[in-house]
Amino acid sequence: MSTLILAEHEDGALRPATLNVVSAASQIGGEVTLLVAGQGVEAVASAAASVAGVAKVLHADDAAYANEIAENLADLVLSQADSHEHILFAATASGKNVMPRVAAMLDVAGISDVTEVRSSDTFVRPIYAGNAIATVQSSDAKKVVSVRTTSFEAAAESGGSAAVESIATTAASDKVSFIGQELSQSDRPELTSAKIVVSGGRGMQDGSNFKMLDDIAEKLNAAVGASRAAVDAGFVPNEYQVGQTGKVVAPDLYIAVGISGAIQHLAGMKDSKVIAAINKDEEAPIFQVADYGLVEDLFDALPELNKALDG
Amino acid sequence: MKVLVAVKRVLDYNVKARVKADKSGIELANVKMSMNPFDEIAIEEALRIKEAGKAEEVIAVSIGPSQSQETIRTALAMGADRGILIETDDEVQPLAVAKLLKHVAEKEEPGLLIVGKQAIDDDANQTGQMYSAITGWPQATFASKVEFEGDGLKVTREVDSGLESIQVAMPAVITTDLRLNEPRYAKLPNIMKAKKKPLEVIALADTGVSIETGLKTVEVNEPEEREAGIIVKSVDELVDRLRNEAKVI
Repeated sequence: MSTLILAEHEDGALRPATLNVVSAASQIGGEVTLLVAGQGVEAVASAAASVAGVAKVLHADDAAYANEIAENLADLVLSQADSHEHILFAATASGKNVMPRVAAMLDVAGISDVTEVRSSDTFVRPIYAGNAIATVQSSDAKKVVSVRTTSFEAAAESGGSAAVESIATTAASDKVSFIGQELSQSDRPELTSAKIVVSGGRGMQDGSNFKMLDDIAEKLNAAVGASRAAVDAGFVPNEYQVGQTGKVVAPDLYIAVGISGAIQHLAGMKDSKVIAAINKDEEAPIFQVADYGLVEDLFDALPELNKALDG
Repeated sequence: MKVLVAVKRVLDYNVKARVKADKSGIELANVKMSMNPFDEIAIEEALRIKEAGKAEEVIAVSIGPSQSQETIRTALAMGADRGILIETDDEVQPLAVAKLLKHVAEKEEPGLLIVGKQAIDDDANQTGQMYSAITGWPQATFASKVEFEGDGLKVTREVDSGLESIQVAMPAVITTDLRLNEPRYAKLPNIMKAKKKPLEVIALADTGVSIETGLKTVEVNEPEEREAGIIVKSVDELVDRLRNEAKVI
């Protein structure tokens, strides 16, 4: 039995999400192979080779894989599928883009957003925004799975000594091409891997008020997130969104500010170790999941909090 | 050009899902059902493309039980021209949906398929990508902006670290993200008119498409409840507890 993982990387380094997927693969059992595809990614391949628990690294270097075009990545994964029973992806925007293609081309079901490995064919995944937890079993010859990264510990980045093998590349699709990207400029840690997340909701009233959260996040070395309501209202861009239709986070501390706590938002953060909530409405559902609740107007509480953190 | 849009009947966004006592699934009897919110965005985008003169016809397709006709009627009331229901009471997983949409597309020959990026019941986020894989149409997923450019489309996509844009040839499949547009509400006269628009019902068996799958649900459980904690009296107490009790800052 063996597992193939499509590694994710940016700026010449593995994305942390891939380390979580390696842990999920280790729980399935069998040999773990990481597939590193990109352009000029030798350094990523060698970093992948030292991840604990990785037995083999496949390295595909070609311009076709430079911008995570799903068509091209899926074709490459498929070219390596024969020798693996499990094919795993991180449930990131990129992984979600590729995983279903691979499943469909193998004519098997895709298993999205797995939070627990029960056995090599049985997995647990949330449905209905996490209001129900399904246990699913696959009898397909190959299991094609995306892994919810916050549900698995990260594998150690060192300790492994896998062999790196260069593999033949596949042709690039002529029906899709990359134009460009507009990445959000932030000095803050990445939302899904930050130890502390400070999130704002509709109660923030305006995008400019997120500056108050930025200042607090700066002091805590935290990432800044938002509820869908805040994104819909245009306060912050979509990549801030935590919830069923945004990102799933599980930091050590989640501070929800001016967030009422709709089920769709809770779906994205209720696995946080400690939740603190600041809301002036004592009836807000967020207080039902918060470890520490403060009923106060956020426009009073945030400046105080900012000051208290200096102490 | 025709635009095909897939719409799914799901438990209403505002209704809390309740697990059945026998753990076989979610209680769907006597609860409010609605169109999957991402599919409303898909219909809206198709209508805007038609209104911009880039398409002649918007066809809403649903796969599911007879009551899914209501979901199609909602799409028709928003402005879609006609509907197709592939009727089945069985569970239809994303791969089967993709195959059935392909079956419809082979007959209708649309230039574009628009689907929601995920349905809020199974949260799978697979159908559009699977359709792309089995048809060879390029995929533009998680779209926040769609522009006609040259012979194809320029699509701005929501990715984890911001936005990216890609150019895709047509026919193509688009999956919608939240910020693509704000769907319109159906007006009463249009709801009346929608009742007269054509809605073709096709029995699943007549499509010749197999919806068999190797994936089965063993059981469905309630999530672990998180217990409410305490209400603190001041910011100072909050900071003190986070520092000295929870030890997280």
